[in-house]
Amino acid sequence: MIAGIFALMIAVLTFMALFVHMLIDGMPRLNWDFFTSFPSRRAESAGILSAWVGTTLVMLVTAVAAVPLGIGAGIYLEEYAPKNLFTEIIEINVTNLAGVPSIIYGLLALGLFVYQFSFGQSILSAGLALALLILPVVIVATREAIRAIPVSIREGAYALGATKWQTVSDHLLPYSSAGILTGIIIGLARAIGETAPIITIGALTFIAFLPPSPIKQDFPYISFEWLTAPFTVMPIQMFNWVSRPEEAFQLNAAAAGLVLVVMTLTMNGLAIYLRYRMRKNIKW
Amino acid sequence: MLAIVAMLVKESIVFFQHVSLWEFLTDTQWTPLFDDAHYGILPLISGTVVSSVIALMVALPLGTIIAIYLSEFAPFSVREIAKPFLELLGGVPTVVYGYFALLFVTPLLQIIFPELPGFNLLSAGLVMGIMIIPYVSSMTEDAMRAVPMNLREGSYAMGATRFQTAIRVVMPAAFSGIAAAYILGISRAVGETMVVAIAAGMQPNLTWNPMEPAATITAYIVQVSLGDLPHGSIGYQTIFAAGLTLLLITLVFNIIGHVLRKRYREIY
Repeated sequence: MIAGIFALMIAVLTFMALFVHMLIDGMPRLNWDFFTSFPSRRAESAGILSAWVGTTLVMLVTAVAAVPLGIGAGIYLEEYAPKNLFTEIIEINVTNLAGVPSIIYGLLALGLFVYQFSFGQSILSAGLALALLILPVVIVATREAIRAIPVSIREGAYALGATKWQTVSDHLLPYSSAGILTGIIIGLARAIGETAPIITIGALTFIAFLPPSPIKQDFPYISFEWLTAPFTVMPIQMFNWVSRPEEAFQLNAAAAGLVLVVMTLTMNGLAIYLRYRMRKNIKW
Repeated sequence: MLAIVAMLVKESIVFFQHVSLWEFLTDTQWTPLFDDAHYGILPLISGTVVSSVIALMVALPLGTIIAIYLSEFAPFSVREIAKPFLELLGGVPTVVYGYFALLFVTPLLQIIFPELPGFNLLSAGLVMGIMIIPYVSSMTEDAMRAVPMNLREGSYAMGATRFQTAIRVVMPAAFSGIAAAYILGISRAVGETMVVAIAAGMQPNLTWNPMEPAATITAYIVQVSLGDLPHGSIGYQTIFAAGLTLLLITLVFNIIGHVLRKRYREIY
């Protein structure tokens, strides 16, 4: 009992110390200019503009790739897949994938996306690598959310003559949407913080320009050039600053870390809140 | 999964055409990027083992104690606050923990051990351990909470105290789930990249002394990727060979976990 409180306290206090330390170091650097400047050789004028733009674009690709695929795979495994050796192998695989170190995904992406498919060291490759990484999270969340729906709902739909697809799209998906959304948010929060796979792909640490804008003045107004642009992301920018010996850059690293932590904590907090509300409100 | 294995094996085969498996496993130096190239994985393995062992010495006991407390002793209100809090901590990016290890924990340790170098395995391992606590504690707690109430009631009826019940009844009954939690913790520690890449230095070093700087398998992959290696060169292939080694290590642990789960699963 005492030991339990003590252990919990050790964990909590360590974290508090760490965050307070980062807050003290990073806070003075956090101002408007920090968000709107490019990285620079002079620590005082360096900022995270290219980093947060890069992070946003990479997350966009990740979400577009992982969400439909993950939900689709989850629905298939839960509602359609026959119970046989093949699906069992897939299931074991999905669980095992969670234990594979993230840097291994980076190596896969380096070999497959960067060279095999020649996407280059681009936003597209990075987004797809992170999509692979969070796919198991989305699949598991989808399956659990669908599994929690009582059989009577399905039987009711079938009794009224609905087809399998109508049952899934009109009943199962809407009822499980909060659970799936929670999974997606947790997955994306994890992807934002991932550094290792993106380093392996070859994200540059010093980028002083933005990728081409997705909106064009002339026809067809939308361009996908940014997909193949070189990029940097928040964690890589922070890694770059941490590994420099000058103290001024380490203050920048603290500030970037602060932004990163606030981003992931907000997303995870949102997911936890959603789940909490769901548990309270849903009564079958 | 298959694509991962295929990719790693494909590039590694090319690597092992240059370097014999024997040299890979027994050479005590790892200097593939120097003129005098040596390809011995041992220094990277030693770095990985030392940092992981330190991390697990922190994470497993603390994580287990927290789980026992939350599952068996804590009042409802404490649990309702502590669980989401631990979950949030599990979501903090690893690069941030690397920053803590290098700029906060290492200076603290240097007060105790003045001769400690700026990069060392000790502080990387300690911070990694703290980082893994939430994974271990939340999975262990889930396993213990899944133990049916009547086992505990039976134990109380025999006159056991809460502590005796927790240690002698609930923990053995939850063994398969706890084993799974530990295995996941080990996989995390072995595969963790950014903390060691930032705080432990990137110099391959065959040592078992946690006070020295050293590189892990993951840190080496990061180091090579930061440079600009041409596709198809031997340096490029080394990271796939290193990655394959890493995957095999985590796979072995996953299989052990699977076997433990199967063998000790209690069905109620």
